[in-house]
Amino acid sequence: METFTYYPGCTLRTKAKDLDSYARSCAQALGIALEEPSDWQCCGGAYTTAKDEIATKLSAVRTLNAAKQAGNPLVTVCSACHNVIKQTNYDISNDEDMASKVNNYLKLDEAYTGETTVYHYLEMLRDVVGFDNIKAKVVKPFKGKKIAAYYGCLLLRPAKVLAMDDPENPVIMENFIKAIGGTPVIYAQRNECCGGYVTLEDKAQAQKRSSNVMNSAADMGADMIITACPLCLYNLKKNSGSDLPVYYFTELLAEALGLKEDTNE
Amino acid sequence: MNKNLKEQVLRSSGVNVLKCMRCGKCSGTCPSYDEMEYHPHQFVYMVEKGDIETLMKSDSIYKCLTCFACVERCPRGVEPAKVVEAVRLATVRQQGNNHLSPVQIPDMLDDDLPQQAIVTAFRKYAK
Repeated sequence: METFTYYPGCTLRTKAKDLDSYARSCAQALGIALEEPSDWQCCGGAYTTAKDEIATKLSAVRTLNAAKQAGNPLVTVCSACHNVIKQTNYDISNDEDMASKVNNYLKLDEAYTGETTVYHYLEMLRDVVGFDNIKAKVVKPFKGKKIAAYYGCLLLRPAKVLAMDDPENPVIMENFIKAIGGTPVIYAQRNECCGGYVTLEDKAQAQKRSSNVMNSAADMGADMIITACPLCLYNLKKNSGSDLPVYYFTELLAEALGLKEDTNE
Repeated sequence: MNKNLKEQVLRSSGVNVLKCMRCGKCSGTCPSYDEMEYHPHQFVYMVEKGDIETLMKSDSIYKCLTCFACVERCPRGVEPAKVVEAVRLATVRQQGNNHLSPVQIPDMLDDDLPQQAIVTAFRKYAK
C-alpha cells in the first residue's frame, strides 16, 4: 500500500465535506493510505505571485515540510490548495532568495529546499493507481452519462509550474470520466475561470463567468459537470442560474466504486 | 512618473515589461476584460511608462481573478497577472488602505459560501 501525506485544506473540513470524505474512502478502496498531518494550517486560498511576499507562503512550506518529515509524497484534492502548494514548492526550488528568507524565518532542523513531490488527487489516480486499475474496480459505471469536466483556472495553470496536463487541451479529467464508465463532453469554457472570490464583492461578474461555463457545457449536451474546487462548485451552483447538476469528482468516483448511494438517478 | 514606485512594482512582480510586443492576447483572453478600466496589456504598458499611480487608484486592480490565463497564453512570457498583483500590493500595503475589512464579511455570507472565498479575498484585498 502506497502512503501519501494528505492535506485537506480549510474548506474540506467545513463546506466541502463531500469532497473530503469521498476522497478518503476512495483512496482506501484503491489501496492508498492517506495520512493527515496533525497541525496543518490553511494554505491561504490564493498563491501570492509577488517575489517580496514571504509570510503568505509559509503555511504551504510548513505543509510541504511535514510531508518531507514523514517521507511521503503530498496529495491535495482542492484545486486552490494544489495550486498554492505547487507554486510555493516551485519557488522554493527555483528562487534562492525566497528559499533563504523562508528558511531564515522558519528555523527548521533542516532547511526545506523543495524536496517534496506534490500530487493533485487526480494525478495520484492517473500516475499511482492508474486509470485502468480504477476501471477494473468500477462496479457501477456511469454508462451513457455525458459528463463535462470543469478544470477552471487553478488546476492547470501555470502549466510550467503545475506540470499536470496540457493547459489548453487537457485530458486527465476526461480520462477519469472514461475510467468510471462515463462519456466525456468537451466544451469551450472548461478551462476558463468561474469568477472565483469576486463573488464576494461583484456578484454580477461571478454570475456572468459561471453562467458562461454552465451554458457552454449544457450546449454540448452535458448531463452533469464535475469539479475539484469548492469555490467553482459554489459559483456554478449558486451564481450561474443553470440547473445542470454539479458534483465533486470524488463523489462520482465513490459512486462508481460502490461506496456511495446513487448521485444521478 | 514615480521612479521608486516603478522599481518597486518591477522588483515585486519579477516581470520584464520590455518583453511585451503589444499583441493584446492577454487582454483578449482576460475573463474580467469588461469589468476593467485598464486591461492587462495596459497594465504592462503603463508600468513600463512609470504611470503606476493611475493604476493604483483604479478598481481594475480588484477585478483581476488571478486565473493565470494571461500568464499561460502570453507568447512572450510577460506574465501580466504578476504586474497587476504587484500594483495591487503597492496599494493595499499602504497604511489604512485595505480593500476589504473583516467587519464587512457577515453581510457577505450565505449558507453555502466556502471559506476558500473569504481567505482568498483577504489574500488579495488586504494586508
